[in-house]
Amino acid sequence: MSEDILRMRGITKRFPGVLALSGVDMRVERATIHALVGENGAGKSTLMKVLSGVYAHGDFEGEIELEGKPARFRSIRDSEASGVVIIHQELALVGELSIAENIFLGNERKSGGFISWDKTNAAASRLMKQVGLHDNPQTLVEKIGVGKQQLVEIAKALSKNVKLLILDEPTAALNDTDSENLLDLLRALRDEGVTSIIISHKLGEVLSVADNITVLRDGQTIETLSTEGDKVTQDRLIKSMVGRDLEHLYPPHEPKIGATFFEVRDWTVHHPDQRERVIVNNAALNVARGEIVGLAGLMGAGRTEFAMSVFGRSWGTDISGTVTLDGKPLRLRTVPDAIGAGLAYATEDRKNFGLHLEYDLRENFTLPGLYKLSKYGVVDQHRINSVSERLRTEFGVKAPSVYSLAGNLSGGNQQKVVLGKWVFTEPELLILDEPTRGIDVGAKYEIYELIHKLVDQGKGVLMISSELPELLGMCDRIYAMSAGHITGQVDRENATQEELMRLMTLETASGGEELRQ
Amino acid sequence: MSTVQSKPRPSLLSGLRNFNLRAYGMIIALALIMLLFQVLSVSVQNQNFITPLNLTNVILQNSYILILAIGMMLVIVNGHIDLSVGSVLAFCGAVSAIALSDWGLPWYLAVLIAIAVGALIGVWQGFWIAYVRIPAFIVTLAGMLIFRGLTIMVLDAETLGTSGTYNKLASGYEVFGYDMKLLTLVAGIIGAALYVLFQVRGRARQLKAGIAGSSQLAWISKVVLVVAVIAAAAFVFYSHKGLPVIGWILLALVLLYSFIANRTVFGRHVYAGGGNEKAALLSGVKTKATSFWVFVNMGALAGLAGVIVTARLQSAAPGAGEMFELHAIASSFIGGASVTGGVGTIIGAVIGGLVMGVMNQGMSILSVGQDMQSVILGLVVLAAVLFDVWNKKRSNGGGLPLVGTTPGGSGEAKRKAEGGSDKEPAEAGAKQ
Repeated sequence: MSEDILRMRGITKRFPGVLALSGVDMRVERATIHALVGENGAGKSTLMKVLSGVYAHGDFEGEIELEGKPARFRSIRDSEASGVVIIHQELALVGELSIAENIFLGNERKSGGFISWDKTNAAASRLMKQVGLHDNPQTLVEKIGVGKQQLVEIAKALSKNVKLLILDEPTAALNDTDSENLLDLLRALRDEGVTSIIISHKLGEVLSVADNITVLRDGQTIETLSTEGDKVTQDRLIKSMVGRDLEHLYPPHEPKIGATFFEVRDWTVHHPDQRERVIVNNAALNVARGEIVGLAGLMGAGRTEFAMSVFGRSWGTDISGTVTLDGKPLRLRTVPDAIGAGLAYATEDRKNFGLHLEYDLRENFTLPGLYKLSKYGVVDQHRINSVSERLRTEFGVKAPSVYSLAGNLSGGNQQKVVLGKWVFTEPELLILDEPTRGIDVGAKYEIYELIHKLVDQGKGVLMISSELPELLGMCDRIYAMSAGHITGQVDRENATQEELMRLMTLETASGGEELRQ
Repeated sequence: MSTVQSKPRPSLLSGLRNFNLRAYGMIIALALIMLLFQVLSVSVQNQNFITPLNLTNVILQNSYILILAIGMMLVIVNGHIDLSVGSVLAFCGAVSAIALSDWGLPWYLAVLIAIAVGALIGVWQGFWIAYVRIPAFIVTLAGMLIFRGLTIMVLDAETLGTSGTYNKLASGYEVFGYDMKLLTLVAGIIGAALYVLFQVRGRARQLKAGIAGSSQLAWISKVVLVVAVIAAAAFVFYSHKGLPVIGWILLALVLLYSFIANRTVFGRHVYAGGGNEKAALLSGVKTKATSFWVFVNMGALAGLAGVIVTARLQSAAPGAGEMFELHAIASSFIGGASVTGGVGTIIGAVIGGLVMGVMNQGMSILSVGQDMQSVILGLVVLAAVLFDVWNKKRSNGGGLPLVGTTPGGSGEAKRKAEGGSDKEPAEAGAKQ
């Protein structure tokens, strides 16, 4: 039973400026379900991409052994040929094609060089039966639900004679029944000899399905636990996942908290493409002047969606709820409405949504506040230059001049430009979404100081972060979100990583009723 | 890539590179092409290519393409394309010819009607493109067919002649009865002087604020280059019969649209929306309204170009303006527009159009056949875009493995390095 199908040793993977994996070791026993857990950014997905050949052999350091033989995958095709199949969180299915076509996409059933539809459909039916999918193989994939689509993915994996199946957050988009079905299928496959590695944030689910659990933190293997031998509980896992101490990473700050001025109530948002999916469910929160309020949650909890939907409905459909600023209800139908009302939203995705990388600092600094630098629609070029120069100095952007292209700056400096461009619009409330993502420690400190400066001026800050220590170090109060619900709030004195992680992983049937102090 | 902390202070040479090489390099390229034809023309045909007559003819023969190219540049910068301008031009020309010849309206009303009809067509196409989000390629492809059909319909498939002042718009040299020969020279001198004045003043303000955009050498080279071009152009046109009427119209359009592109909120929003629509949207740019007006403007300019074509041919023809859309698009790309939007200048589009015009003229003089001309122009367009693609690839640092950037897993660690994400902002106010 204890034969290893997979051994990974000393896996190290670097991205420019970041060490994503640092000497990771992992062993997976044949015919088991092995869970991989860790905080956002711990390196789980990167490790699986290394394993499945997304990052070619040579792009990383370390060794992979599959069934006792060294594996050097140059591409996904290579890994699939060896029986390693990865199913991404975002399913790789073509909605306009049938189930059968999807199962054999890129691996078509042929006879005499041409696709044989009889063979395709017959083989598809067999595989579908194996995964418990009782639809017509010619049904279009877009016509079946997400749960069944997952099953199609697994059938597709089985068609490739999978030995090691990797599932990245397979149940994130599924309801309870579909999740349970999927987990049952994994157990059944295990009994037939298929090994699975499952990445999941849902610890309850992990404990129920996994035989072994490997914990990653900051790109390193922390430990591998066996759910049989070791006595593993959720608390035990959480401790292992977060397990670091708060260091002096945060500048000292004496909060001067005033009256509550910004409030969101009964906020509900639906997915823009799948309108029946509720992404934010009846959320409510408030921010006081001079206060830094955190919003914690795991990937997919709905934090960014919440923030963007508040910010002029820039995400989602069928949005309902009220937003008030200083007691006055705001009408926020467009982004200009939101900017005019005194809101600012600095996106988590600087490069794609936050900046114009091909443009210089002047264009970037002044875009949202351009109306302030123009008269009758004509912009004052000289003021654009001088304002940009002032912001550049004030925010300590390390760039040769305001004519430097935003794309040539480091992440930290880009983030300062994003902050600068929003501060120039003189907002009352700034929503900062992952303000320090991908930034080195020194620049983080500077960003924190800038945030302190903003709240000292009486503004409010709502800070979304996936790094719990950061929230604990910076925020006066923290809300936790799980699956679209705000599951609770903790104030500075009572906040611990364990408590936040508990709220963030709360299964949401009971969510929402959980404390609102 | 993202680890570059700061660049070394620009040296003289890198400073030179710093200034808009694309825009000013185009001027130099145009001059080189003209020189090349001069040499070829002298050696093969024993006659000068660079003559006042030839250059005036380049303007006269390409004026409508240049007008279209100005509008097309804004369309492309905004991230779209317009395939319908040839047909829209023909339709507007036909309507104005009917207004002039059949209804007996004065010439200026015939012109205004053409521009208004063009703008209305822009409203129609802009609505589908900006608000219904049908790709511009499709909408304007449909427009190309629709307005060609309507042109044939309103003209009863026949050619309709025009006469009088109207025709002078495309080929005359007198403005309101005044000879412009001397004024061309005077305008050139005043223009050059004003340019130097503005440049010196702007430079002084930049230096005072400590934010000079380019090195002293780059700046001086730029000013000298531009002054030389203005002076040379003024002298050339003066030596013939003065700048033709259409030349003045073009000059006014170039100045007006350069101003709109660079110095107005609308213009900056056109760029911001084309450069990164999502970032622009989240910065409060009304991307839909901006795109809409870009197409209205394109329509209006196509209307004006329709008048010029009609006036030049002294008649409106059912087949007028065929392939013009492709020449306008080619002008924009030769003139430095980026295939992905967000980059390009008005002056670049005009120079791009002139490059094509000069090459046509030069090759005709050298008796290069139409077949070969087409091949060569095609290669020039390809080369220009190749340069753009190469330039972009170089500045992006080569690129990551294709597969690694497909949606897959949370990919948080990778995003830490790259700052990517898989969340997309919805179209602004999808519910509106």
